[in-house]
Amino acid sequence: MAKIRGAVVVNTERCKGCNLCVVACPTQVLELHPREVNDKGYHYVYMKQPDACIGCASCGYVCPDGCLTIYKAKI
Amino acid sequence: METIEKTDLSQIIKPENLVYAKPELMNDNPMHYCPGCSHGVIHKLIAEVVEEMGMAEKTIGVSPVGCAVFAYNYLDIDWEEAAHGRAPAVATGIKRLNKDKMVFTYQGDGDLAAIGTAETIHAANRGENIVIIFVNNAIYGMTGGQMSPTTLEGMKTSTCPHGRDIELNGYPLKISDLLALLDGTCLVTRQSVHTPSAVKKAKRTLRKAFENSMAGKGTSVVEFVSTCSSGWKQTPEQSNNWMVEHVFPSYPLGDLKNID
Amino acid sequence: MSEEISLLKGNEAIAHAAIRYGVDGYFGYPITPQSEILETLTLERPWDTTGMVVLQAESEVAAINMVYGGAGTGKRVMTSSSSPGVSLKQEGISYMAGAELPCLIVNVMRGGPGLGTIQPSQADYFQTVKGGGHGDYRLIALAPSSVQEMADFVGLGFELAFKYRNPAIILADGIIGQMMEKVVLPPFHPRRTESQIIEECPWAANGRKKSRKPNIITSLELDPAVMEQNNIRFQKKYEEIKKKEVRYEAYLCDDADYLLVAFGSSARICQKAIEIARAQGVKVGLLRPITLWPFPSEIVAEYAGKVKGMLSVELNAGQMVEDVRLAVNGKVKVEHFGRLGGIVFTPDEIFKALTEKLF
Repeated sequence: MAKIRGAVVVNTERCKGCNLCVVACPTQVLELHPREVNDKGYHYVYMKQPDACIGCASCGYVCPDGCLTIYKAKI
Repeated sequence: METIEKTDLSQIIKPENLVYAKPELMNDNPMHYCPGCSHGVIHKLIAEVVEEMGMAEKTIGVSPVGCAVFAYNYLDIDWEEAAHGRAPAVATGIKRLNKDKMVFTYQGDGDLAAIGTAETIHAANRGENIVIIFVNNAIYGMTGGQMSPTTLEGMKTSTCPHGRDIELNGYPLKISDLLALLDGTCLVTRQSVHTPSAVKKAKRTLRKAFENSMAGKGTSVVEFVSTCSSGWKQTPEQSNNWMVEHVFPSYPLGDLKNID
Repeated sequence: MSEEISLLKGNEAIAHAAIRYGVDGYFGYPITPQSEILETLTLERPWDTTGMVVLQAESEVAAINMVYGGAGTGKRVMTSSSSPGVSLKQEGISYMAGAELPCLIVNVMRGGPGLGTIQPSQADYFQTVKGGGHGDYRLIALAPSSVQEMADFVGLGFELAFKYRNPAIILADGIIGQMMEKVVLPPFHPRRTESQIIEECPWAANGRKKSRKPNIITSLELDPAVMEQNNIRFQKKYEEIKKKEVRYEAYLCDDADYLLVAFGSSARICQKAIEIARAQGVKVGLLRPITLWPFPSEIVAEYAGKVKGMLSVELNAGQMVEDVRLAVNGKVKVEHFGRLGGIVFTPDEIFKALTEKLF
């Protein structure tokens, strides 16, 4: 059976690690990276559980820095 | 396991599957705002609406003095940067002399409701065909978290460190309520951008405001009840929660006036 | 077509000239003694003929910022006021100088300080030529001494303002604003079209075309290294204006033993004083700066080597006299004569002051 799958691509250099996308995500896909930081020293967000992503773009809507690009497909 | 996931993602990440991206009008300059600042989302909404209306070549923004003074660095449209509080007068000059252009101001609560009160009220009262975007976070962000006219009673800032005292500083100014009373306004609304659904709703309202300005219906005021994590000394997430619990009761969301 | 001669107040002449020179917008606020400018414009309804926008603002502060907004789109925009109102405009004027926006400001001076009096004065010389607002900037300052010049300097002011992307100011006073004189108004110039504006003002924020980067009108620059370069660029521009745009009138100066230096209405009264002096055998001439900034320092310095003394005659406590002394640089005695608070000197008083201070 076809399943809706999503993906979030993070512009890690724009990300300021505000965590608002993590909170907004209904399926707990995202997390601030526990170790890695970008050039500005922010722990950027990454897909911790990519399988859970449904491509709803909730993270993108609330991202203040426009660093998230969201894709959705039936697989 | 990892290999399978990578394969999965590459099947999804294709141009035809794109559902959300930073609007084209927002350029790649890194924004100077603090992490979690509402300004970024509001900037995106303006970019999306202007883009979707096909008005990029006809839009002129007026940036304020305040955190958003550099708004002009992020949206690739023409801009004029106004003196503190004077954005509605600057926008009046632009719009009156360029009727075919879409003109908006972008102002904070200090800019719009303190030093620029006269300009705001009179532009709205003349029914200038402009959009006033009012970002109300109840504090002066740029100068380091001082009391603003919309600071809540009892709320602590660097110039009311013991909390806003009504007897000393007066009441939180509900300027949008005031503007809604003026015959020159056609749309006065309070929105927020703290949840995906709020963002979507705010965008629809913002689009209406811009359409009003081109239809010659008068002044549209879109207040965004917003957070200031740095000024409020909270994380962005805590700020959102604090806003819902403490700010919304004073500045309730919804249309104060919406004339079709 | 034969010349059209009208009998107008100085303030009215400014309004008619603005319409005829193809000005795009006027934003003002009532204040004596210049309210006829806004009154005449609203009576003439140029929005129905040339398309010129005329709007009464809620304050002088708002008016100058409306000018900022319109000027930022490359339009020809002006405002007018009188001393207390011009003080209120200083913030906007400084921003316009900083953002390099052309515009025309008219100050029909009255006596101060504070609310002062509605009678004429020239006490805003310092404010006009030494800054007024904050920062290192200059205004191109034109001082009319007749109703004809009130009309002519609207055109000249805009020409210079756009040539140098800098605010220009007409510094008149209550006498020139209120008196009636015959005046030949300029022929009608059409307002510039959108494409003419885009060509003339490639910097203007009038809608970003895909072919160019966004135009941003701002006076802000937080990087001090860049801000210093901006200031250096402004100063170079000011030096060029000083070289090319000095204007003055020399009246009976060639054989003069004494020179009166006066601008605007004072210069008119000085002409009569010169008549009185010459009737008594005292050879007096008049040097009238037309541009107060750039100040005609070179010609003043030239005359310093020829005359026995100079009297700076101003309706103030001694302001332009400082620039005269700087130009003269000690070569000859320079004194000041003035009346204050809205009182206007008589020609006899001027001649008496000359004999008392310089003989």
